[in-house]
Order: sequence, then structure tokens, then C-alpha cells
Amino acid sequence: MPRPGFVLDVDRSTPPILFWRGENFSLEKLPAGRSRVIYAPEPLPAIDDVDGAIHNALLNPIDQDPLPSLLFAGMRLTIAFDDVSLPLPKMQRPDIRQRVIEAVLDLAATAGVDDVHIIAALALHRRMTEAELRHAVGDRVYDAFAPRGLLYQHDAEDPDNLSYLGTTPHGEEVEINKRAAESDLLVYVNINLVAMDGGWKSTATGLASYKSLRHHHNPETMIHSRSFMDQHRSELHKSNWRMGKVLVDSGVKVFQIETTLNTDTFPSPFGFLAKREWEWKPSDRMTYLGTTKALKRTPHRLARNIFHSIEAPHQMTSVQAGEVEAVHRLTTEHVYKQQLVAVKGQTDILTLGIPYISPYNVHSIMNPILVMCMGLGYYFNMYRGMPLVREGGVIIMTHPTRPEFHPVHHPSYIDFFEQVLADTTDPHVMSQKWEKQYAEDEWYRHLYRTTYAYHGVHPFYMWYWGSHALQHCGRIIVVGGDPKTVRRLGFVPASSMDDALEIASDVVGRTPTITHLHTPPLLVADVS
Amino acid sequence: MMPRRDDAPWKPSNLAKAARFGDLVERLTRPLIVRFNKRGFPYLPPTVPRGVEVPPDAATLGADYDTEWARGTIASAVRRGLVEGPVRLAVKAIASPSVHGTDRLSDLARLDEVPPLIFTPNHHSHLDTAVMAIAVPEPWRSKLVVAAAADYFFDKRWKATMAALALNAIPIDREVTGRKSSDMIRDLINDGWSLVIYPEGGRSPDGWGQDFKGGAAYLSSRTGAAVVPVFIDGTGSIFGKGMKRPKRGTTKVVFGQPLRAEDSENTRRFSARIERAVTTLGDESLTDYWSSRQRAARQESPKLSGPEYTGWRRQWALSERRSMGDVGERRRQKRRWPDLGD
Repeated sequence: MPRPGFVLDVDRSTPPILFWRGENFSLEKLPAGRSRVIYAPEPLPAIDDVDGAIHNALLNPIDQDPLPSLLFAGMRLTIAFDDVSLPLPKMQRPDIRQRVIEAVLDLAATAGVDDVHIIAALALHRRMTEAELRHAVGDRVYDAFAPRGLLYQHDAEDPDNLSYLGTTPHGEEVEINKRAAESDLLVYVNINLVAMDGGWKSTATGLASYKSLRHHHNPETMIHSRSFMDQHRSELHKSNWRMGKVLVDSGVKVFQIETTLNTDTFPSPFGFLAKREWEWKPSDRMTYLGTTKALKRTPHRLARNIFHSIEAPHQMTSVQAGEVEAVHRLTTEHVYKQQLVAVKGQTDILTLGIPYISPYNVHSIMNPILVMCMGLGYYFNMYRGMPLVREGGVIIMTHPTRPEFHPVHHPSYIDFFEQVLADTTDPHVMSQKWEKQYAEDEWYRHLYRTTYAYHGVHPFYMWYWGSHALQHCGRIIVVGGDPKTVRRLGFVPASSMDDALEIASDVVGRTPTITHLHTPPLLVADVS
Repeated sequence: MMPRRDDAPWKPSNLAKAARFGDLVERLTRPLIVRFNKRGFPYLPPTVPRGVEVPPDAATLGADYDTEWARGTIASAVRRGLVEGPVRLAVKAIASPSVHGTDRLSDLARLDEVPPLIFTPNHHSHLDTAVMAIAVPEPWRSKLVVAAAADYFFDKRWKATMAALALNAIPIDREVTGRKSSDMIRDLINDGWSLVIYPEGGRSPDGWGQDFKGGAAYLSSRTGAAVVPVFIDGTGSIFGKGMKRPKRGTTKVVFGQPLRAEDSENTRRFSARIERAVTTLGDESLTDYWSSRQRAARQESPKLSGPEYTGWRRQWALSERRSMGDVGERRRQKRRWPDLGD
């Protein structure tokens, strides 16, 4: 039976705690008596008969007719699936999307459906490479559909292939992929790694255009999402749900298939990363020492390649299909069951070890803007109820934060760092002053559409993602970060954890309470 | 002794020298043999009295060959060395197999107790067994027995020993449906051994497949082990029946979803389902996953046993099918650049 997550009160006998530092990690001693560490629940047991569970979900959907009864000869069927940003790290083959898509295709073949398109719902993310597509949908599906042009990636800047469906009562325009909108049935295959994913966000964001996305990807919405992991208190989700209603009203028929994974994140050589430090065996300690010392002497690029080659032994814990909202309610319950940890009260200082990966740098470089997004956008928002850190508190992140950017994947990030952040770090100001210029830049648009680049506006969205944390916290400190780069982000560099705590004392006093979020594996703090 | 003259008219050939040496050996050994023969029984086999019929010795070859020694620790270690070394290298050099569909077995592989499986490939060549020996994924590969024709692989002791040691073959009588073979296989599966069995019963005589026999389905029903349909493409043209030496080529092995007999399904129907599964995999290996599924749903998958007609048209159709093997309907994806206008 897997153990639930728990909160450890640090005392003098507590060993140093593991902190991620990009492509490396360190052990940090936290002050006794006023520090606590939040550990994630252990991975839930996986479903043994995965194919049987998928088949059962398709035949017995929630609040919708069984999939076979929705399929008929001569229909237009579109299958959309989540892109390379999920799951993290990529899961060992076979990917769960492959298994679901194959199950849907088997039923479609039986029903005599000929017109099938498969679309990667990547919104403004970069295009997936052939290897990434093969990993997600499997060689069989790729070889059957891609050569005929029936497996392709959503293009949010292709006016000929977008369909405007109307506006919400709040004036939000809804424009999604034309093929998806005009199909007799849109089957969406989702991976719900965190509670934020799925629901109408799959379709209304994943298949949308910039014109549509800008209504909920802005500082105002982000600040009023408390948090992204709590759908009912997230303005981002409310906007997506309103758009979902427009989709339904305009006749788009969606059959949503959502899956949840357990938090089995690292394969056996790296198993110690998910363990509690006092349970490390001699082999774990040796692996830690060997790995950290070797990584210190390894060139960055090689270390990055090693980490990005990790494939997580994630396993499916649930699959549900049917009507979008009903399905998502159940999915969220499953995600909470895996990730929720009860925490009492807020803290003065929240410490975060930032790992090598975020949803936006798979097989790529974790640039400074993504470090900010990972810490302040994602980890800060891993709460339900209220933020882990009190208003005016301090966040301490550990990451090398080198001024490195992937020139193919993140071209607009480079200019954003040099031009926009040199001017302002205020999300509202940059939104007013700079966003339009980047969003409508022809060169960025061209790179997004024809190469493997993120959309020109994407770095803005990453910055907005941290809007609430920027407004909420009194100071952000980055331990071990490149000082010049950290200052450009508007944060304070520190060389060690002790220095960071000293710097934080200006804001939170000499004896602040400290909470460390021991993640990954992912967890959501249920703060009361 | 006379000194040899360089101008001697005749010199003995090597053959003559050998004959003289043979004579010498015979002269020396003959008295010994004669003396030994004179001693008779029990130094020599007994003679048989007239009118008495001697019962034949218990057969130890063919289907009666005992292969238990080949599953011992030492023989297994030797086999592992052979399969992972020379066999793998030889198969890669001759057939360069590409293996697909092993992900369909991943659920079973991660169970705490990995269940034994019955692999049922189509059969075109002796090479199929070697290809399967390296293509079957772990953990099944290291505990795999192969059902081999008793009349071909176990008719001589040296062949039987080699087949048992190198391939972990067990003899199956193709002519008679013996309970002995099925009992032995049941015991092996109960001990956790997986089985490769060719449901066609033998290699293809003309390049097309043959109808499946019910052995695999029967064994699965009897033991509860799941059947994994497998399609092997290309071995027939490398070392098919009747070929004297192998010709280099490429092969493809496609593993299917494990199948179990349903409650209301008898052996014959289950066997037909296995055959359909292998047929669909054959279609998948030559075309693609989606087209093969569509044709399977319409019950239009091209039969493994080929077209109904005979003679040259049948061979003609086979050559067409083989020409599809490497590329088939598949083409490398042309990069779809979006139309950005002028």
C-alpha cells in the first residue's frame, strides 16, 4: 500500500534535504525547529489491464453514448492529442496516448470510418519532431497516418484552417482548428499529469488560435487564478469552460478521454530522487555522490542530454471517457488522490529546487524565463486553498539560471530577455507595451509555423504564468544562479542557502518559518 | 640400402606410398583382430538363436528424444552464450531482422509474476526459429522452448543434440497427435517455460502460408497461457523450403496482442481467431496499421495462404507480395510545409 504524502518538521536529527539545481542536485541543511518539508505521496498502484480499462471506458462513457454508437461509415472523425509537454519526463514506451488512440482506431475501423485525421493539439507550442510524434502515438499509428498527411500538428496561425465559432458572454472569441470544429466527432486524448490539465482546456486551448488564447493567457486572468490546480478558483479555467460552452452550442461534438498517471517519475538508477532522505540505502548514497560529482565535471550540454533521455516509468491509474465536464470531475479526483498533501498554515519562506525540465523545454534548454515560470508559475501554484508562502513572504529557488537559450526552440525568448526584461519585469506593463509586437511579428510567426519554434508571444505567457507569485511575494532569491541573469529577471542572486536565508531576513525577520516543496514527484499542497 | 639415383626412371606416387602404409598397418593389426574375434561373446554382441524375435530397443530419437538435459543450468548458460553470440550475429548478417510490436507485451512484462506465453508465428524457413530466438523480448527469451518437427530435427542424435542445446527445441510429432507431446508442453508451461509453436505444422512449400492447425489453441486452452500471434516476413526468400544455401535479405517480425480463448469459444474457433490475428499482422507488416485494421474489420485481409487459383498465377501473385515487403504502400513522409502564400 503506497504511503500518503506528509509534512516533516525538521529537527536536529533530520538529514540534509535534496534540492534540485537544474541538471544537478545538492543536499541542504534546513534550520531545525522552524522548517518543514512536504513530501509527495508514493505512486499509486497502476491498472494491470490497461487495454481492458481503456476499452471499458470507451464502451461505458460518462454522460455520453458509447463510442461505437457515435461512429458510422462516411463520418469525419478527428482525434486530437496532448503534445510533447506531457507527461514529464516523457513516459516509457508505449505512451498512454498511443494505447488510447489505437483503441479508438480499432473501433473506428470496425465501424467502417475512413476519414480520420489525427492532430497534435499544441496551441502555441513548438512542433513535435518525428521522433517525438512516434514516441507519443507509436510507430504503428505514425506509419499509417503521417505519410498520407493525416497525422499533423495544429497550426494556430493558419487562417485557412481555423474556424471562428463565436464569443462568450465575456466577449472572449472562440476560434479553433477547422477540421476539429467541422468533424462529426472530435475525440480528445488527454494525459492529466496535474489538476490544471484536461477538461475544456484541452480543446479550447490546445486547438485554439492566438486570437482566442489571448483572452485567458494574460496577467489579469493569471493573477486571479488561485490556483491553476483548483479549477473552481481559477479564472483561467473559468474562461476555458465558457469557451467550452460556445463549442458545444456551435455544434462541436467532443468525446473526451482523460487518463491519469501515477507519480513513478524516475527509473531505478535515479530512484533515490523520489525517496525520503533518511530512507536512502548505501547504494542510493553512492549513486547520489557519484552522480553529483560526475555531473559537476560534465559539460552542460552532455548533462542536459543525459537528463532528457530519462524516460519515466509512469503507469496509468485511471481512464475515463465521455462528456468533457463530467469526465474531468472524475479525473481531477484521481489526480488529487495521487498528489494532494494536507498542510497546515502558510510559511514565511518557500524553498523550491528547480529541476532540469519544464513543460516547455522537453529536449531543450531550461532558459532563465522558463526557470521563473517553473518556480513562480508552476511550483508556487501547486496549492489548493491558499498559497504555501504568506503574502509578502520570500521564495528561494535553487537553479544555475545560465543565460542559455535554445536558438531553434526559443527564438523569441532571446529577444524577450534582452529587450523586454531590460525594460520591465511587470507583467501588466509588458503586456500593454510589448506583447502585440511579439505576437504579430512575421519572423516569429514564420518560425513557429515552419520550424520547431515556440510562438513569438510564448515568453510573455511564461512570464504571466508567474504574475500571481510576483505580486504575492516580497522577494525572490535564486541560489546558485548566474548573478547578472538573475538580476535581469528582477530577482536576487545568492551563492548558498545560508546566504539566501540571510538576504531573506530583511523581508521576513531573523527567525522565519521555512517550507520546502520536495518535488518532483509532483504534489499539490492542500493548505488550510 | 641402395643410394637413390637422381636419374631413376620411376618414383612412387603419394597414393602408392599410402597404400604401402595401409598394408603395413593391416599386417600388424590383423592378428590382434583375429584373436579378439575368436573370444566371441561377451566381448562381441550375442548371436540370436533361430526362431527367436528380439524386441526392438526403446526409441530414443524422434519424438522420444529426452530434452530435459537441455533445460539444465549448464546447458541454459551455454545456449544463452550461443544465442546472444554466434546465432544473433549470424541472423543479423543474413536476415537483419527488424522487430515491431513488442510494446504489446509490455503490460505482461511488468507483472510481478510474468506469465508464460505461446508464440505462434507463420513458418516459411528453418531460419524462423533462429529469428524468434533473438526477437522474442525478455523475460520470455531466456525461458523459451521451441516446438520442432521430431522427424526432421530429432532423427539423428547429433541433430537432436544440437537442436536441443542451441534452440531449446522439443520434439513434436507432426504425423500423429500424441498426448505425450501435449502433456510435456503442458508441464513445461506450468513450470514457466514459454513456447514457440508453428501452427502451420511445417514450412511453406510454395511461399504462401498454410492453414493453421489447432495445436496452439488447444495448448492454450489446456494450460491457460495466452497466445501471442507473430508474423515473420522475409525468411522464405532468404532460406525457404528447397533452397540449398541462404541468400541474404531483410526480415520483419511483428508481435500481436496476446489472445486468450473466450468462455464460449472452442479450440477450432480460437484457432481461427489466432489465424486471423496473424493474417492481420501480415497485412500490417506489408501495409500499415490503420489499413490493415480497416481491411480486417471488412474481413478483406489478404489471406496468408494466398489466392485460390493455382499454377503460375499463384507464383506471380507471390512475387507481387514480396515486392511490397520492404516498402509496401508506405513511403517516407514528405515534409508538409504550410502554405504561406507568396
